[in-house]
Amino acid sequence: MSVPILALRGVNKSFGPIDVLHDITLEVRAGEVLCLLGDNGAGKSTLIRILSGVHQPSSGSIEMDGAAVSFPSPRAAADKGIATVHQFGGTFPLMSIGRCFFVGVEPTKGWGPFRVYDRRKANAIAVKAVRDFGITRIDDGDRLVGGLSGGERQSLAIARAVHFGARVLILDEPTAALGVKQATHVLRIVNEAKRRGLAVVFITHQVMHAMAVGDHFAVLIRGAVAADFRKGEKSREEITDLMAGGASMASLEAEIESHMASHGEAAE
Amino acid sequence: MTTPFPGNLLRRPEAGALIGLIGVTVFFAIVGGIEFLYPSSVGSWLSRSATLGIVAIPVGLLMIAGELDISVGATITAGALITALVSGYYEQPIILGMLAALAFGAIVGLVNGYLVLKTGVPSFIVTLGTLFAVSGILLGATVVLTGTTSIAIKAPEMVKTMFGMYFGAGFQVLILWWIAITAAFYFFMHLSPFGNWIFAMGGDKESARNAGIPTARMTILLFVLSSVCASFVGMSQAILFQSVQATPQLTLIFNTIIAVVVGGVLLTGGFGSVIGIFFGTITFAVVTQGIYYTSFDQTWSNLVIGVLLLGAVLMNNTFRKMALSYAPKKEAKA
Repeated sequence: MSVPILALRGVNKSFGPIDVLHDITLEVRAGEVLCLLGDNGAGKSTLIRILSGVHQPSSGSIEMDGAAVSFPSPRAAADKGIATVHQFGGTFPLMSIGRCFFVGVEPTKGWGPFRVYDRRKANAIAVKAVRDFGITRIDDGDRLVGGLSGGERQSLAIARAVHFGARVLILDEPTAALGVKQATHVLRIVNEAKRRGLAVVFITHQVMHAMAVGDHFAVLIRGAVAADFRKGEKSREEITDLMAGGASMASLEAEIESHMASHGEAAE
Repeated sequence: MTTPFPGNLLRRPEAGALIGLIGVTVFFAIVGGIEFLYPSSVGSWLSRSATLGIVAIPVGLLMIAGELDISVGATITAGALITALVSGYYEQPIILGMLAALAFGAIVGLVNGYLVLKTGVPSFIVTLGTLFAVSGILLGATVVLTGTTSIAIKAPEMVKTMFGMYFGAGFQVLILWWIAITAAFYFFMHLSPFGNWIFAMGGDKESARNAGIPTARMTILLFVLSSVCASFVGMSQAILFQSVQATPQLTLIFNTIIAVVVGGVLLTGGFGSVIGIFFGTITFAVVTQGIYYTSFDQTWSNLVIGVLLLGAVLMNNTFRKMALSYAPKKEAKA
């Protein structure tokens, strides 16, 4: 097997006396989607922040291409090719597609102190990058990002990351706020990123979405990896049960039903 | 692709400001009489615009970046007072007084910027603090040093020509400075790549920082720009009026905010334009000066300004929604 692009080895993270992550070991390879599943509060967000350089692990190590690395800042992680796309795309609603795409790395034309932002070039590149990902409805780089649908905004953010040479794409709940159709859109783009040889870390609590694109799954419960398995090794019910903290979904349902029944009678 | 002219214009941040400006100008030309458009009248409202506009543009840029600076009310007095103190009371060369005024402006800006960054307190509160602190220092120091709260200054002819002269029919030379500064800020904001950083900072500061924008340095730069511009206006007022009072110009604070908001800048940041602020400033000056040409008592002018502000905000909201929902027509069918 190839060397993983990004790997965590025995990573712990605590904030003061509170332990948030225990002994996390995960790896993700090029052209592979690692789905990180977990309920709210399982430590997903902290894990993302460690991967993207916002937090540093208390102990344990991060490896890229087999060599130990550290990310003192989000910028350092970005420079090594790690791109994080947040739930709402991390984009600026009142900026045009072209300006948003090139934020911080604006293309310029002209000379010396009179270098000016090259709007035409920025718009053309941004629109092409997004269209290459299959979002053909976007054809005017002057449109404001806030006017795009949630799925289109995610796609723009992913296309942007890929354009600027990301090797690892971290998607933080990209489908959480989306309808079925929009979510399908985003999942298609995740597959496209995978096809292009990126390593994708896909964070979600929607098992269906994870199963649609994932090659490798890790379930996070109370800050620890509770299960680590590959595609086809577990059924949807088993994964859901795992996420619910080991309690079987069926027994949970039975409990709710009996609770409803007893309280329903009392109300009548 | 090209979009039809009116639609394209209406989606820009300055659309509301331009319509407002045309509206109030026509209104006062009709109600106040055609004298309102005579050169001498134009000179009076443009001169008023210039004083306000030089401060309003950098304050507007701060607002686009998601910050606010109300300490300009004290900084403008500081600029005037320091010029008068150094070159009037202590009779030093005028250039020393001018440089001292601008340097003091830069220091106030640095203090504002650092406090906002280090404390994380909203810039409204921080600059409210520095507004009072600076005006306290000014009043106290002036009384201690000179024994009065008013200082006279006599500027040499050449300096007066540059900052405190009238040309034509009542046009203050400051109008030319205002236009030049507007042009410089237009380049900075809309043509150079820095403008993009400022819009991004106002849109989402954390994403902007993650995208590699030096948000801390930009924030400090913007605070310094607004303070230096304010002390520049104060300095030229000292040269023009030849006498300075050590009282902060509190109404200027509201006036800059009105000009900026009427100019289409979003209070919460991320949206606006230099041209919009330029139009907003003239609109404000037209209203405050126009009232003198009408038969109304001038005490009503604040009512007009209040209504104008609310109307402008509502109109700008509408235009912003139009800009957001805009999509090329031909794609709707596809």
